[in-house]
Amino acid sequence: MTRFSALALLCEGVHGQKGWTRHWRDPAPAKHYDVVVIGGGGHGLATAYYLANSHGVRSVAVLERAWIGGGNTGRNTTIVRSNYRLPELQRLLEFSLKTWETLSDELNYNVMFSQRGALVLGHSDADMTKLAERGDALRCAGIDAELMSREEIGRLVPLLDLSADARFPVVGGLIQRRGGTARHDAVAWGFARAADALGVDIVQNCEVTGFEIVAGKVTAVVTSRGVIGAGRVGICVAGSSGVVAGLAGLKLPIESHLLQAFVSEPVKPMIDTVIQSQSMHCYISQSDKGEIVLGGDPDYYPTYSQRGSPHRIEHVAAQAIALMPALSRLRMLRGWAGTTDMSFDGSPIISPTPVEGLYLNGGWCYGGFKATPGSGRVYAHMLATGEADEIAAPFSLDRFARGATIDEPGAGPAPQAR
Amino acid sequence: MMLIACPHCGPRAHVEFSYERTMDAVLPLGATPADAARILYQRENPRGPSLELWRHTHGCGGWLRLARNTLTHEIAEVLAWPPA
Repeated sequence: MTRFSALALLCEGVHGQKGWTRHWRDPAPAKHYDVVVIGGGGHGLATAYYLANSHGVRSVAVLERAWIGGGNTGRNTTIVRSNYRLPELQRLLEFSLKTWETLSDELNYNVMFSQRGALVLGHSDADMTKLAERGDALRCAGIDAELMSREEIGRLVPLLDLSADARFPVVGGLIQRRGGTARHDAVAWGFARAADALGVDIVQNCEVTGFEIVAGKVTAVVTSRGVIGAGRVGICVAGSSGVVAGLAGLKLPIESHLLQAFVSEPVKPMIDTVIQSQSMHCYISQSDKGEIVLGGDPDYYPTYSQRGSPHRIEHVAAQAIALMPALSRLRMLRGWAGTTDMSFDGSPIISPTPVEGLYLNGGWCYGGFKATPGSGRVYAHMLATGEADEIAAPFSLDRFARGATIDEPGAGPAPQAR
Repeated sequence: MMLIACPHCGPRAHVEFSYERTMDAVLPLGATPADAARILYQRENPRGPSLELWRHTHGCGGWLRLARNTLTHEIAEVLAWPPA
């Protein structure tokens, strides 16, 4: 593997860019691995990397049904932030955010992490009370959060409609300046390349079709490319969590729904922060290519179709244009939909399962991208040691039956209400 | 976009309706706490045919049972629920 550096770039420029090598190998699966990670998205690849790098587990395979990073890793709005209200989520996502801050150096791969700030707009006194409370909770936890006045927001995002008769008048906001965006594909590729360099086998076009379970303990994974023995198996398949866990006879507190996102044609820089709203569900940011990236609510019913309904496009566009009228002049370039694993309290599940040796990392709802490196680190710890570390411990599978849910919006056991 | 044939109102766009839960997750009134936890939280999450409880929220308000495919969005049957 060629190490990326300014010098390597210069040398390749002089020599016609002919010396670059493959980012990762394309191995056939071996007969047995100490750890098999099912799912080659960002979380699965990060898990494999940290298993090899931080825990010295080198006999690791990542099995991917199609191509790596082709699921939700490539279908999100690329937003990274840790401005949550509940301490369990704050710990997990701040741990992840800190990992993002040094990730490009660690992986020797530019994941284009850009801390351009994540701003939540408040549209009423009630919104501002909620934002002030959340900001206080964040600062008590040592996480940066800053209340902003309408005037300060006007200087940061001059294109917002700040007039008093706006459809959604802006009263103020809460900003996390360390939040921002990252290049989603680069995250998958960077982790894949770094994991591969440590000996991890990344096996694509390898669909898991069953498990071999002997006396309550998983011993092998049955795949479209043969039976692969495994010491421990980690499921990390987002929207397909229910299907894959079902192969081991498990039923999960997860329903698969659908989330859409959209990008406009690329334009000159006009928004240099991430904008969301306390009252509405709308995300606005601008990619490094210049496209305006928009996201909103899920479609509110279970589906694996990866095909969204047009009414959601209208809904998201209406909100975005109300906040920022200049967007009405843009043409949308494309939209896409991902299958989100909606858990029943809106928080992820990182946990052992009733099958010995089989672990689950899923239920990230539509908030998994920001957690990619942190999720990989805590899941790697679990797959290396068999135990949850203190960050992952609250996210156990049995919390639902115990009534110990981590319900950020307080919406109860209804995935469609998230 | 789905077209749902409400037995009371006729075919309407799915945005008039709200999904509630799969039929196997409807709690019987006398369920014990252990049964309730199992019924609520251990879900099949089917990829394909599914029996679901919906409501015509922005229409007649009636409860409906849909036989719907979660992969193709094909709706095989819509019944007023519970049946009269």
